[in-house]
Amino acid sequence: MAYKIVASQCTNCTACEALCPNMAISEAKGTFVIDPDKCTECIGHFDDPQCVAICPVDNTCVIDSAYPRYQA
Amino acid sequence: MTEAAFPEGSSSQPAVDIGDVMQKLAEHKGCGTEGGSGKASCGSSAGPADMAPEIWEKVKNHPCYSEEAHHHYARMHVAVAPACNIQCNYCNRKYDCANESRPGVVSERLTPEQASKKVLAVASTIPQMTVLGIAGPGDPLANPQKTFETFRLISEVAPDIKLCLSTNGLALPDWVDEIAKYKVDHVTITINMIDPEIGQHIYPWVFWENKRLQGYEAAKILTERQLLGLEMLTERGILAKINSVMIPGINDKHLVEVNKAVKSRGAFLHNIMPLISAPEHGTVFGLNGQRGPTAQELKALQDECEGDMNMMRHCRQCRADAVGLLGEDRSAEFTTDKIMAMDVEYDAEGRKAYQQAVESERQAKVEAKQSELDGLEKAGDTKLLVAVATKGHGIINEHFGHAKEFQIYELSGKGAKFVGHRRVDLYCQGGYGEEDALDTVITAINDCHAVFVSKIGGCPKADLIEAGIEPVDQYAHEFIEQSALVWFKDYLAKVEAGEIVHVDRGDAAIRQGALLSQAS
Repeated sequence: MAYKIVASQCTNCTACEALCPNMAISEAKGTFVIDPDKCTECIGHFDDPQCVAICPVDNTCVIDSAYPRYQA
Repeated sequence: MTEAAFPEGSSSQPAVDIGDVMQKLAEHKGCGTEGGSGKASCGSSAGPADMAPEIWEKVKNHPCYSEEAHHHYARMHVAVAPACNIQCNYCNRKYDCANESRPGVVSERLTPEQASKKVLAVASTIPQMTVLGIAGPGDPLANPQKTFETFRLISEVAPDIKLCLSTNGLALPDWVDEIAKYKVDHVTITINMIDPEIGQHIYPWVFWENKRLQGYEAAKILTERQLLGLEMLTERGILAKINSVMIPGINDKHLVEVNKAVKSRGAFLHNIMPLISAPEHGTVFGLNGQRGPTAQELKALQDECEGDMNMMRHCRQCRADAVGLLGEDRSAEFTTDKIMAMDVEYDAEGRKAYQQAVESERQAKVEAKQSELDGLEKAGDTKLLVAVATKGHGIINEHFGHAKEFQIYELSGKGAKFVGHRRVDLYCQGGYGEEDALDTVITAINDCHAVFVSKIGGCPKADLIEAGIEPVDQYAHEFIEQSALVWFKDYLAKVEAGEIVHVDRGDAAIRQGALLSQAS
């Protein structure tokens, strides 16, 4: 699986973009999006997914169940 | 990228020798212990006679660091720093009403290049704009590349503009040397507590070393980093202002301890602000019904801390993209679209000439105030507050009905002292309907004995008198402090002659909520 950003809740604060160890986050159409092909859920980098940890709005960076769980 | 945004933690920083800090501080302040009371005399309302020349040079044109300057000089914030590394219970970054005025709110964020263009555009339109600050809407030091690139660009095109920033302090120790490199000589740290037990009720989390810390642990890291950052600024001779949000029942009494802690580490000025917590802002405090302080609660705390240190009382808690004199917001004139269309030429000489004229105006005001200090001994222990309608320049030059705020002066045997301001503009009431404008004013200045205006209509005049507030319009377009002292001496004479009886006034409310119309 990968993380995804709930667009309706994103404040465009940019905080997650700089923290992502995979450079998977970018700005698109007035919000930020996570590239599921690049997202590793921060496994192998950090104990906690960085976008979730820094996001100012709860439940905005969430697991996208459309993708299989990431395998390190 | 991660390393750039959040470099090495405090563990790698050498501890600061506080004895050495205080030695340097004594040298740097010069004015530190003058005045007999032991408090630094170089704070918000002090003038050139009270402080070392190098400190006066730093603060004289800075509307936030000098109360006296704020009547004459303007500031602007550029919103280049959207990311934040902590969460505060009084902040909700999601809410952005164009008419809202409080920290953390902006209408649009800028790139460093846009910010630089905006600064030039504002500087050529408002020659008394002397200070450029980065205050968010997140934390400048959680966006270090954008923040320092903005400072770099601006120092190239407009070297006479003072640079400052306002931070929560978490990342401050990592960036102090960079701050010094760009000659940022004013830094504000928001410190609401020095005890993590209290801090855990203000900060739900901080982002630290790639983890979200919560509760006590979060507040402990934050307070350690804030105080270390303050010491490091002091060591380098960078003026530090401390902002504290007064939250009744949570940190109100504790802020006296905060005041002592920051004073002992060399802070220049302490700004205790009332909590803004309307439910429609969607903050934790707004939603859980946490109230802000009343005007007299705020003033009592500021007065208590003033025995130790100079207090800032003219803060308007402005937006992270505010433009203009404190108390006005001209940001709507300088949207990105408008700026990009503007043909801007930076006229450094013209700005200098304008600012010299402002200096003469300012001197005249100070001399006028001095001229009325004789004869005040009659006041004895009598102390009272008066409200003033003004558009700036230290003059009574606003019509009662047009005033969006009133400035509050305390008159006593010692003279006239600026002690605060009250917003009286119309507010979004979230569906509660229009409130009577006059009631709003009376509630906001209910602790005042008189209100000084350039002009006032018959009806409000009668209502004010009925509320026990004397409307005074005979000093239109004259200096505020001088006029207030002339009136005060006349008042004292009437009390002495038995014509009137001096009575204490009640408390006043600090208005909360969104601005309905922006100052223009």
